[in-house]
Amino acid sequence: MNKNLILYAAILIFGITAPFIFPAFKVQLSILCVLIVLALTWNIQGGEMGYNTFGNILFYGLGMYLCASVQVGMFFPLAEWTESGGEKTFVHTPAQFFQGMAVGLVVAAIIPTIVAGLIGYAILGLRGHYFAICTLGLGVAAGEISGGIEIIGAGQGFTTPPFPNVGGLEARGEFFYLLSFGALVLTFIAVRAIYSTRFKLILNAIRDNEDKAEAMGIQTMKYKIIGWMISAFFCGLAGGIMGGLVGYIDSTDVAFDGREMGVFMVLMAILGGKGTLWGPIIGATVFHIFKEGFWTFFLGWQYVALGVLIVVIVIYFPEGIMGWLREKYPERFGEVIDEADRKAQVELK
Amino acid sequence: MKINKIILSFISAVAILLSTSVVSFAKVVGDKIVLGAAISLTGKYSSNGVHTQNGYNMAVDRINSMGGVKVGGKTYKFEIIYYDDESNPKRAAQLAERLISQDKVEFMLGPYSSGLTKAIAPVTEKYGVPMVEANGASRSLFTKGYKYLFAVLAPANLYLDVAIRTAVELNGGKGVRIAQAFEQDAFSQDVRLGILDAAKETGSEIIIDDKLPKELNDMAATLVKVKQMKPDVLVVSGHTKGALTAIRQIAEMKVDVPMLAMTHCDAAKLSKQHGKNSQYALCASQWHKTLTYKDNFFKDGMTYAADFQKEFGYDPPYQSAESSAALLVFKDAFERANSFDQKKVRDALAATNMQTFYGNIKFAPGGQNVDKPMVLFQVMCDGAGKCENKVVAPLKWASAKLIHPIPKWSDR
Amino acid sequence: MITVQACLDGILLGVLFALIAYGMALQWGVMNIINIAQGDLVILGGYIAYFMYLYGIHPAWGVIVAPVIMYFVGVGLYKLVINKVVDRDLFISILATFGISILFMQLMNFAFGADVVLANSGYGTTFLFDNNVVLPNSKIFSAVVSIFFAICLVIYMKKSKLGRAIRATAQNARAAKILGVDTEKVYAATFGINAALCGVAGALISITFTIHPYMGLPYTIRSFMIVIVAGLGNLPGVALSGMGLGVFEEFADYILGTEFRIGAVFLLLVLILVYRRFKLSRKREYLK
Repeated sequence: MNKNLILYAAILIFGITAPFIFPAFKVQLSILCVLIVLALTWNIQGGEMGYNTFGNILFYGLGMYLCASVQVGMFFPLAEWTESGGEKTFVHTPAQFFQGMAVGLVVAAIIPTIVAGLIGYAILGLRGHYFAICTLGLGVAAGEISGGIEIIGAGQGFTTPPFPNVGGLEARGEFFYLLSFGALVLTFIAVRAIYSTRFKLILNAIRDNEDKAEAMGIQTMKYKIIGWMISAFFCGLAGGIMGGLVGYIDSTDVAFDGREMGVFMVLMAILGGKGTLWGPIIGATVFHIFKEGFWTFFLGWQYVALGVLIVVIVIYFPEGIMGWLREKYPERFGEVIDEADRKAQVELK
Repeated sequence: MKINKIILSFISAVAILLSTSVVSFAKVVGDKIVLGAAISLTGKYSSNGVHTQNGYNMAVDRINSMGGVKVGGKTYKFEIIYYDDESNPKRAAQLAERLISQDKVEFMLGPYSSGLTKAIAPVTEKYGVPMVEANGASRSLFTKGYKYLFAVLAPANLYLDVAIRTAVELNGGKGVRIAQAFEQDAFSQDVRLGILDAAKETGSEIIIDDKLPKELNDMAATLVKVKQMKPDVLVVSGHTKGALTAIRQIAEMKVDVPMLAMTHCDAAKLSKQHGKNSQYALCASQWHKTLTYKDNFFKDGMTYAADFQKEFGYDPPYQSAESSAALLVFKDAFERANSFDQKKVRDALAATNMQTFYGNIKFAPGGQNVDKPMVLFQVMCDGAGKCENKVVAPLKWASAKLIHPIPKWSDR
Repeated sequence: MITVQACLDGILLGVLFALIAYGMALQWGVMNIINIAQGDLVILGGYIAYFMYLYGIHPAWGVIVAPVIMYFVGVGLYKLVINKVVDRDLFISILATFGISILFMQLMNFAFGADVVLANSGYGTTFLFDNNVVLPNSKIFSAVVSIFFAICLVIYMKKSKLGRAIRATAQNARAAKILGVDTEKVYAATFGINAALCGVAGALISITFTIHPYMGLPYTIRSFMIVIVAGLGNLPGVALSGMGLGVFEEFADYILGTEFRIGAVFLLLVLILVYRRFKLSRKREYLK
């Protein structure tokens, strides 16, 4: 327990001081936080529940649009803000900006949660790859449809309110970093809390054999929906923050970015090791470093590298980094291997 | 709890990696002025991104070989750090941040397309980094009060404005009936707003107003409507994809319209890919090689086109020309500011008033270039099927007379 | 008249979709693989036809050449990657082929540039009903070729030795193996045939529409949808649901506007899956 405390304190201190020690990397670090949040929440479905979703991007994009719309809509007419031809310029005062952001983030977290609850019954009844493809379709459809809605900018895109002129040049980066780090801490605490309850065991039961779980008297649908709603909550939050950070929302390329973010969250969780608490975090970090590296050193070739990386990860490391470590050093994970039992199992095979 | 050790060592590894990878470029290293640019080398805008990059490189080579930039009695050479923004606004914004905070770039060149420029502008504005951009024409860029953004091109709403006015003029001053189809992206939607304005002023009526998806490859639905409603003008804008699809299907479905106005014809190499089918299409362009502007570096449009052809092996589309012009503007501003102070350079940029081979450049308070009209050219073919783009408006540069109305398919 | 036009356009388009979907159904049924790179194989086929056009050969010959080249591409892809995911979880195959899809897109971008290109067939136009309905001959050509290839494939599957081996493997891979079928070879051939079908479809698409390295995914999703509606190994069903999808798209174009076309396709996919889920769950309750 003591050691755990030290670990968390070290991470917390590192997290809070990071933007001041490495000021040039603030934006990358903020994005890393968002990526970790997405990987952690994906893991609730993909890792613990066995439902490989591509659809969490739906909540992320929804959160992004909602946060920005609320932030603008609270003070100015939304339609005039997004209309490109508008000659008027609206400027948020610092108070308006932060108030709008706060309310926006709350809305960005809650509405996707409700949406997840509403569509959960229909969607989560699907099994296996039907579920995967259905959620993929959901994400892409959301992107295409929101790209046709005038009030949120349609094809023009939506420029989120610029950061007000307070606190010098670095303030924007620091604000968004702390925001995203806060979201990460919140997500981690929530996910960790969930994983130590019976709820996680139920999710695992669903993953391992849903029909049996049902036969045991567990209302699987209820738990699946709750799990999805938790993911949606944090995905929406992450989306809202990311919208403010990027500063410009485009329907298919930024918000409902299923081809990138939607797949990245899956990859990160798999790379780190799905079904573990730390796996997605490590996976996201490694992935982000890889990606930034490719970007700098293979100008233009990064997608080729990424494609190869995906294939290699999926084929050779389906258990991820944590899975590999666990196999190599089982005793470090507190697993006791009964040599005789193992031998017996091998013989059985 | 040995697992903690693994995680702790992992975190420290990340920390070490971060601290060792701080590379610092200064803005002026020795005799180099380093400019930053995010360019679409991959993704849906990559062909236009490459045109932009070629334009930049061409101008950098030319300026450097002709003596470079003289500031404070010393000569400097231009150098550009490129990153690939993957045609993705999110990536573009991150890269701008990265160029400024990690590579310490103090002056930026624009990316390709309005959407990406929209994503980058808030970042450069926040850090007070002057950016001269050559490919973001959306009007909304110029109404946000950006102070460090300068565009050498005319705003998007003026692209096809001329076409509508010409059509009205040829109609005896009476309003015309317009059918339009625009892609769902920042640029094309702005062109649309320009048409709406022009229509309102001339009393024209818009009878079809369609939007095209980004993954466009079939616009038969719009064209069927056009066939039924018989408008006087058909306007299509959707980057190169829109132009190619429109011409193919108009020819296949034998749609007769008196006037067909489009954007991105030269980037799409319409006359090459479609030959005679593209005949009579009217295209909006920021630049054409036959225009008679002059400067000291590229002489004039024809010379530029010839040099570009020699260097890169194809005829320069206007995207390259405007990108080259952006560097000429930067050079001019540095020399007038006689300093590398960002504020002074910004003020010098704002006071720019010069002529380049690409056109006159003078910035309005919003940052758009107000001194350069759009040109309209028409694809014209000779009997042997060889097609050429000929400027038809404005009359000052016209090298051919506008053919109007377009002959019916049955008479061709 | 717009209705007739939309229906005809939709059917001609749908036949093309059905061809791609048939390849999808084949590999899904035989190898239990969902290939996200399907659309990218289609686009690659399109580029083959485009290059023939560039070198002055009529692009219609691409319909013959593209499948031959694509067959080998498919077999190569199988040997390199796919054979490692065949026996694994379906989700692994989705992700792995997604990686391939990214790779293909990017390599095509490097090899052919990101310009939107097309091959002109020079076919004319057919007018029906007093010029009110217009059908480009290239669309008719592509539908005819698709049907021709589909029929050839059906006959091949029924009559040839390899076809029978493929069908046997689809029914029960283990039993087929015991009875002396070299399943590894069958898998490679299946994937090759699928790629060849994609090649034909791609060549036709470059003749009728436009191609671009980043245009693959919608074709993948469409073919997936068609297969789900029709069921595996149900060729008439695939053809019918392909045409249905084509008609649906054309009508979505007219009614909702072109900007919602792809959105409508994907939403339809979701709705079909959800409908299917409720239908199945009702069946399950009967058993109780």
